[in-house]
Amino acid sequence: MTEHVEILSIGSSKRHRAESRFRVYGIIAIVLSLSFLLIMVGSIATRGITAFKQSFVFVEIDLPADKIDVDDIKGTRFGKLLKSALRDRFPEATSRKEKKLVYGLVSSTAEYSVRDQVVENPELVGSRAGFWIRASSDVDMYLKGYIDAELAESQRRLNDKQLKWIKQLKTHGHVESRFNTQFFTGGDSREPEQAGILGAVVGSALSLLVCFLLSFPLGVLAAVYLEEFTTQSRLNRIIEVNINNLAAVPSIVFGLLGLAIFLNFFGLPRSTPLVGGMVLALMTLPTIIIASRASLRAVPPSIREAAMGLGASKVQTTFHHVIPLAMPGMLTGSIIGMAQALGETAPLLMIGMVAFIVDVPQGITDAATALPVQIFLWADSPERGFLEKTSAAIMVLLVFLIAMNLVAIILRRRLERRW
Amino acid sequence: MNIMTINENLNAMPDQPNSAVNEPIVRAKGVDVFYGDKQALFDVDLDVQKNSVTALIGPSGCGKSTLLRCFNRMNDVIPICRVTGLVTLGGQDIHAPNVDVVSLRKEVGMVFQKPNPFPKSIYDNIAYGPRIHGMTQNKAELDAVVEKSLRRAGLWEEVKDRLDKPGTGLSGGQQQRLCIARAIAVKPKVILMDEPCSALDPIATAKVEELIDELRERFTIIIVTHSMQQAARVSQHTAFFHLGYLVENGATEDIFTTPEDERTKNYITGRIG
Repeated sequence: MTEHVEILSIGSSKRHRAESRFRVYGIIAIVLSLSFLLIMVGSIATRGITAFKQSFVFVEIDLPADKIDVDDIKGTRFGKLLKSALRDRFPEATSRKEKKLVYGLVSSTAEYSVRDQVVENPELVGSRAGFWIRASSDVDMYLKGYIDAELAESQRRLNDKQLKWIKQLKTHGHVESRFNTQFFTGGDSREPEQAGILGAVVGSALSLLVCFLLSFPLGVLAAVYLEEFTTQSRLNRIIEVNINNLAAVPSIVFGLLGLAIFLNFFGLPRSTPLVGGMVLALMTLPTIIIASRASLRAVPPSIREAAMGLGASKVQTTFHHVIPLAMPGMLTGSIIGMAQALGETAPLLMIGMVAFIVDVPQGITDAATALPVQIFLWADSPERGFLEKTSAAIMVLLVFLIAMNLVAIILRRRLERRW
Repeated sequence: MNIMTINENLNAMPDQPNSAVNEPIVRAKGVDVFYGDKQALFDVDLDVQKNSVTALIGPSGCGKSTLLRCFNRMNDVIPICRVTGLVTLGGQDIHAPNVDVVSLRKEVGMVFQKPNPFPKSIYDNIAYGPRIHGMTQNKAELDAVVEKSLRRAGLWEEVKDRLDKPGTGLSGGQQQRLCIARAIAVKPKVILMDEPCSALDPIATAKVEELIDELRERFTIIIVTHSMQQAARVSQHTAFFHLGYLVENGATEDIFTTPEDERTKNYITGRIG
């Protein structure tokens, strides 16, 4: 009897060890994957966070009334005025080369912001006014600590004279780090200090809108037809297999298809969210169909029987009862598909959404780029300033994704009914 | 082949002695049902009298539910299912090409084994049928239909204060009575019940049985049941099925006291099944 109990306990301790071992493996797996995620997000955040700040330089500019036509302020060449102001500020720069170095302290787009400010306040004409203007990317990088002043002069982007001038500006309190609103309100630019993400965000949003409007009704209708209105025929099975295959097709193939059909055959405008959305819709369609069919299948047959038993037609049964019950699942599936589409770069490259576009798109037929393409473009740029922009753009993309997933969760919570 | 049987059956009809006296509301003549290659029902003849309860009993898989689903053509939904023979409702062939299955199901309501209220409010559950059939002109009429149906199902007093609450929140027995109320809201002539109490506790079962007895005044009820006590309690006619054949059919009293067939006797006494 005692022997029997002993055997039992030996066996169970072995089993307990196996179980606790398995639990440890599980915890290790989760900790590992979480730490990778943390490292990724952490490195992106630490690199990108500085992109939300931008250095500004204070310059006093003469705005002589004889050089500015009050009726046509926009036509005035503020570049000249700005350059002479900078020369006044640093009189020690006498040679042509040195003057160029002085001009290089501020953004080459600074004259436009000066112009815009004067347009807004025309009473400044004829006076000497102070302006906070965008520092050039190199100066900005130096002030953010990305350029090592200890390096040999020939090895860094700013030479000793420029560093001296920056120090001089600093001691006078003429340098300030401000929140970079331009990053969130502007389009792309060749100058890192001027580049903004809004164009790409709007491009992505418009593409996804087109994608959703096309793929959601099509996908849901296809799923409803396949699930509710056809019988298990040979043709139906072939269609099912092909939809599953379509979901596994590399996205660049869809891009090529879009290029061949939408652009070359139908002649739709290239680089536009319209075509981008159409290509992404092709890509998301299988995902939506598969998810929608699964959620239709999850609706209990008893609900269909109840409606049919009352004399509801097939269409009434489907639209009054089955689809509303399957809707949360369909929407979740669609938003997962859309989230995938949001991160897609390859098909957009094929249809020309990789172009350099400065303007924020106003509609679906304006040339645009998308967030992942913008990240690709900036990551590809040699300027040091684009490095932090790249990380910042990734953060914006992630926030966009999280927002979409939140919408999915909220929609599901709202629409979900129990039976 | 199909048409031939129908014609034969039609010719055979006047020979039935009691057909003129007490015209059945639902009649099955020579009904065969196939699921693919497998035959589930063999040449079933069954008459159902108006304002009575007819119980279909028999062991599992004997085809009683299959026959029940023939009466409102629910078998149409199953792609591999094929029904031949004649089924009439009020003398009309329900498989005739000019019969609309939607109007047929309005006349022949159904209550299922598991309570299956829509995941909507109690009110909407009842109002759905009248709404899709355009039976009411305005909200007041619809309200009246909902109240009347719930009263007839004996549920009104229990739910009148929470008509806007989901029907799925009711107890099992209440849900089943809600389903009965939903079925009678479209004013059918016949109500089919497929083991309506098999998912209910004895108290809820008793309530539903009581309800069935009351409903008999206005509707004709055909009920499939596994409980012989239930068949004996609620029905006036009983039909016993075995392996797809209608073995015996007649007044409930006779079936339970003096069964003619050996198989019926064995089933009722619990020797087979």
